[in-house]
Amino acid sequence: MRLYIRIMSALIIENLYKSFDGIPAVKGINFTIDNGEIFGLLGPNGAGKSTTINMIAGVVRLGSGSITAFGYDNQREYRHTRRMLGVVHQEVVIDNFFTVDQALRLHAGYYGVKDDPAWRQLLVERLGLKPHLDKVMLKLSGGLKRRFMIAKALIHRPKLLILDEPTAGVDVELRHGLWEFVREINRQGTTILLTTHYLEEAEEMCDRIAIMNHGELIALEETQQLIRRLSNRQLRLWLEYPLTEIPIGLGSYSPELKENGNILLLRLPAGEGAGRVLSQLTESGLKIQDIETDQSGLEEVFIHLTGIKGA
Amino acid sequence: MDTSPDSQYYPWLPFVTLLRKEILRFLRVSTQTLLTPIVTASLYLFIFGATLGERLNVLEGFSYAQFVIPGLIIMGVINNTFANTSSSLFMSRYLGGIVDLLVTPVSPPQFIMAYTLAAMLRGLLVGAVVWLISTMFATLPWESPFLAILMAVIASFLFAQFGLIAAIYAHNFDTLSMYSNFLILPLVYLGGVFYPISILPDPWGSFSYLNPLFYLIDGFRHAIIGVGDTSYLLAFGVSLGIATVLFSWAAWLIGKGYRLRS
Repeated sequence: MRLYIRIMSALIIENLYKSFDGIPAVKGINFTIDNGEIFGLLGPNGAGKSTTINMIAGVVRLGSGSITAFGYDNQREYRHTRRMLGVVHQEVVIDNFFTVDQALRLHAGYYGVKDDPAWRQLLVERLGLKPHLDKVMLKLSGGLKRRFMIAKALIHRPKLLILDEPTAGVDVELRHGLWEFVREINRQGTTILLTTHYLEEAEEMCDRIAIMNHGELIALEETQQLIRRLSNRQLRLWLEYPLTEIPIGLGSYSPELKENGNILLLRLPAGEGAGRVLSQLTESGLKIQDIETDQSGLEEVFIHLTGIKGA
Repeated sequence: MDTSPDSQYYPWLPFVTLLRKEILRFLRVSTQTLLTPIVTASLYLFIFGATLGERLNVLEGFSYAQFVIPGLIIMGVINNTFANTSSSLFMSRYLGGIVDLLVTPVSPPQFIMAYTLAAMLRGLLVGAVVWLISTMFATLPWESPFLAILMAVIASFLFAQFGLIAAIYAHNFDTLSMYSNFLILPLVYLGGVFYPISILPDPWGSFSYLNPLFYLIDGFRHAIIGVGDTSYLLAFGVSLGIATVLFSWAAWLIGKGYRLRS
């Protein structure tokens, strides 16, 4: 069973630990990414996300623990694991000596893969790099450099694509285009591990989300389940006739009257459905004209868990 | 997307690609990497071969040009192999491009050999062109061409390793230039490029035997003109010994990822 899990999982992180100059950056975290999923790793600055990603990619040495990608250990069998990984680094990394086209061909070779003109062509077309193939990196705009980074990470057809803040400093249009492309390659079988500062994007993109803070994993759940469990929902009730005072027994829902008593606002505690409070209100004889629920998203969950606004 | 590329993996391709990239890198800036050292060496040849050289005689039976040309060739080889590995690796570290390699399956031996062979090619190319230009000033006897080429290959290998080590230890461009300006340059100049150390009075003559570059320069010249300050065996032995030590050092640093992986 354990062997089956190892093979079926894209990535297994076990007791991963890393410190820099004696200061722990990652404190013994564990998680598994399933084959084919989009997995989000979120956390405030300095939470240990990039250190974790760099350990997976091989840029940072492991303090202790283990990383297994598609059944291979990333220390002992690094040649296997690195072939299956594509990494888009947070910092834009370019080589000014070469054109976009030359650099892409070279990158396929570094991974031991012969240049595949059809695949290279497809990548440059999908990422809008075709008119820029003969330009050296220095001549590319910031957005084009980002797109090139993605093409470079995909040129050897990785099974797991790691995106570390791929849309940082990128305009809205390009962000949408990039996420659309990421979804497309995910549908075609590539597993995705991403970090992003844009929580709404993570909420929209990720099947599961892990949240790190101070080097520890403080949450790991399916995205919607995490939001349902940890965010407060607001219930807005339009009443048939206005109230002058709040009915008794609703104290735990932080009740509030609005619009001259025509609207009653209630805040449902995390994890509680609306059924209980609605029965209570009906029993008390309150006539309700309409109901609206307002569920806050990942941002609120994030603030709730880390105490920090924004990832 | 087809995600089963195992059968399409070519184990030698990462090495061949990195070697190709390193060669393309120096060819792309050939004015700086090839033309400039050749022009500098040509100026030396003109000064010592055609002007001052006619008034100097440091070795019985040979013109000064015949004496100095082997030294200038090996100096070109040394400076350019060192410059190639040190600048390429340091720039990669400094600008962050090294992570592009660290995430790939390029193994430490492939890494070292690709950087080394590209640097050796540049150094030996410069050396060969300097020799071709030198034919306008003097004809060399080429006593043992095989040994001369072997010594040039050892010199280029040795300084490619030294360049890798310097690039790893250097903190900035200043420290990197210190290696070439305050270590290699004095050792080359005092190692017998322009004069035979036998003409130096003691203790300077004896001190020169402590200069490791003396053995490279003397061994190369010995193989070309048939006369040297020391034996072939000692010159080759010392040079090979230093090359082995530096190679082991570079291999240890790169294998460990010292200052490459945090």
